[in-house]
Amino acid sequence: MGASATTAPGGRSVFQRSPASRLPDQVLKWGLRALAAAILALLAYFFIRLIGQSEKALSSFGLSFVFGNDWDVSRNIYHGFPLLFGTLVTSAIALVLGVPVAVASALYVTELCPRRLRGPLSVLVDLLAAVPSVVYGLWGVFVLAPKLEPIEKWVASTFSFIPFVGGQVSVPNYFIAGLILAIMILPIVSAISREVMATVPAEHKEAALALGATRWEMIRMAVLPYSRPGITGGVMLGLGRALGETIAVVLVIGNAPVVGHSIFSQGYSLAAVIANEFGEAAATPIHSSALFAAGLVLFVLTLIVNIFARRFIARGQRGLRGTGATGVTVAQAGAPE
Amino acid sequence: MIPPESETKGTSEMSAAGSPSERAQEAPDLSALGVKEGAGHQVQVSGLHAYYGQVHAVKGIDIDFPANEVTAIIGPSGCGKSTMIRCINRMHEEIPGARAEGSVTLDQFDVYGADVDVTSVRRVIGMVFQKPNPFPTMSIFDNVAAGLRLTGLKSDNLRETVHKALRAVGLWGEVKSRLNEPGIGLSGGQQQRLCIARTVAVEPEVILMDEPCSALDPIATLRVEELIDELKERYTIVIVTHNMQQAARVANSTVFMLDGELIEHSPTHDLFTVPKDERTERYVTGKFG
Amino acid sequence: MRGVLLTGALIALIPLVLVIFYLLQKGLSSWSGSFFTTDPNGNFFGNPGGIRSAILGTLEIVALASLIAVPVGIGVALYLTEYGGEGRFAGVVRYFVDVMTGVPSIVFGLFIYIVLVLAKVGGAFTGWKGAVALSLLMLPIVIRAAEVVLLLVPSSLREAALALGAPRWRVVARVVLPTALPGLVTGSLLAIARGMGETAPLLFTTAGAFGLTFNLSQQMNALPLQIYNDILSPRDVVVARAWGAALTLVALVLILNLVARAIARRSVA
Repeated sequence: MGASATTAPGGRSVFQRSPASRLPDQVLKWGLRALAAAILALLAYFFIRLIGQSEKALSSFGLSFVFGNDWDVSRNIYHGFPLLFGTLVTSAIALVLGVPVAVASALYVTELCPRRLRGPLSVLVDLLAAVPSVVYGLWGVFVLAPKLEPIEKWVASTFSFIPFVGGQVSVPNYFIAGLILAIMILPIVSAISREVMATVPAEHKEAALALGATRWEMIRMAVLPYSRPGITGGVMLGLGRALGETIAVVLVIGNAPVVGHSIFSQGYSLAAVIANEFGEAAATPIHSSALFAAGLVLFVLTLIVNIFARRFIARGQRGLRGTGATGVTVAQAGAPE
Repeated sequence: MIPPESETKGTSEMSAAGSPSERAQEAPDLSALGVKEGAGHQVQVSGLHAYYGQVHAVKGIDIDFPANEVTAIIGPSGCGKSTMIRCINRMHEEIPGARAEGSVTLDQFDVYGADVDVTSVRRVIGMVFQKPNPFPTMSIFDNVAAGLRLTGLKSDNLRETVHKALRAVGLWGEVKSRLNEPGIGLSGGQQQRLCIARTVAVEPEVILMDEPCSALDPIATLRVEELIDELKERYTIVIVTHNMQQAARVANSTVFMLDGELIEHSPTHDLFTVPKDERTERYVTGKFG
Repeated sequence: MRGVLLTGALIALIPLVLVIFYLLQKGLSSWSGSFFTTDPNGNFFGNPGGIRSAILGTLEIVALASLIAVPVGIGVALYLTEYGGEGRFAGVVRYFVDVMTGVPSIVFGLFIYIVLVLAKVGGAFTGWKGAVALSLLMLPIVIRAAEVVLLLVPSSLREAALALGAPRWRVVARVVLPTALPGLVTGSLLAIARGMGETAPLLFTTAGAFGLTFNLSQQMNALPLQIYNDILSPRDVVVARAWGAALTLVALVLILNLVARAIARRSVA
């Protein structure tokens, strides 16, 4: 370090460092700041270019792109409601099937499980996230779909009075896709639920138990209300994941650009159409543009869901902690059985 | 003059409780350091104000810290004593939103001067913290050498310097056979002396200590106080403490602070027996704080 | 009620067990010496070949993606913890990194397709463009994990280093990073494992190939692409190859995951 000696009274040196050695600090600070800014700029740039590429299709079809029901490659008509429909239906099925299981497993791990099993069990559920989506797709096509077909047929005929259930059963269908998505979002929802439940203050739980509540009543009174915002946030993150999943869905949904009449019909999704039709679309500008537009719709959809999810999770972390609301609910637990 | 060094096995100083001979096992050997005895440096604080954002924590303080003396700063929690000494080595400004005004001169050299390089100030004015903080990824040797390496100082003989520093704080006998073991493997008191060795290795002129013994057991505390007594031969020492008995034991003069203001600065004995200010009297007799 | 919750927890594990079971059952039989040492060929008859180019392609592409994502990710995390703090810009960066974790992987593929492939920057479909798409996916994971780990470094250590007179860059390089290293490695490994398993970003950036190539400026094969292509083949032997490749991919990913967790657990001890 170039310490230039400044002779002050007493002949002492030090204190003034050459500007050169201030350099690394400045370089690091501004370099890192620039890096972070570059990432943001990059995201914005990508978004703008995506809009640019979608422009052709969006201006040709307008709102029908999203709400019109006619996706016909041969006639170059791209009204994408079947895609949006399939995306939403499969994600809804994923939530209906996956969330109860995820929350139940999270509750079990945090509240009821013997302590030494807690670690291994959490790791196992988390490992579900490690399996690549193409492997889920492979398993779905060759194992799940064929094996579930007879059950689906039975359900379709027995419960045909329920709307959207009865009718012909296809092997790749919304239901299988939704089921696989449920498995894929399990780890996310479960992990966040576990985290949130673990932060429930022990005092609230003890207060409930001391009032004579059973374990389940304590969970219902103290743990669940406290965790609700956080769990909701986790569910929304899972929803975001389900909306955007491509490969697993494209392999088991059937890729039929129609609005299916039952959950056991074939369908399509925004992500699946992009993966599936990309090759042939390369030659047709309007087709490619339509696929980009589908990507744009998907991007915006997941963006919105994610932003709301973050808000819920943040609220969950701030919220009930300070209001004492949990104390009130616990007090309402009532007489023991 | 230097008592024979004997090997210590234990890591707990509590187990070495009792006989004075065991306590004086290894006296700090400051002749090992190249710093001349009595080479004094005085610090003068004048008109010091310190802020945390809008909060005015230190409200215009003037103190002279005489060379080669130990000055203690006492006062109730929140009175600004830690903030004040952190202004001396300019650590206060590392806190986001914090700033300081006024001047702090080291031998007539204002550390808050225009072109002054902060890191040089800190090398010359060292600091020991309340909770011992050796670097966990470094060995004992590397911890002591850390100050030199982090400031980019070229040391011709690093090993010499490290050994001298360890001798200076009286740790040498206890660690000489395990210099390559992790620094965090030592007991609390040993860790604190390791941190002092680390500070001393860069050859500062002033040593600031912010409640250095609060996290230590009584035996370890006494050893550190012995060390402070030796250290003042070479350095000017400022020690913040909430323990009035400690101030009475180690300090030449004591400063009493309250609510960010300097209330009294007197020779230690006088401050505790015939305090000039009524507030000082109430504090030292335990009526508040 | 305990029974219901226990059932729920067990149901969550069933898919994992089933997938691994079927992978082993159908995939192991494909594993052989030639499986790993020959490349897939596009032939309609005869031996369809192994998956060598897929494995090597995955390793190359993911290695390049990691080379981009890990340093950049740790750099941004360093900015957030050491320099940005609670400032407004840092808050904005954090927010968008969080949002970035929710972007579907296929959208990243589209981004790179538009910006690099359509524009024909250095060729059409290439291995390195796939790597860039993967690095976009991995980046927010690395940043989030790194930020958590860097924040765990006690501020007393930074204070001690600063009080000795160290300039901030040395504090970061000599104290903060070494202390956080195990956690940084864990986070990076988990991000790499995630990148390894992704197909969609590669579909229109690398596009796949049969032959083995070490040249990242050409189309390359990758395990997920290979599996995806093989699944819908009418030939049973090709489907069998898909199972074998899937088992290989899952094995790689699981090993990375378990190594990452082992490192994390050891550093806490």
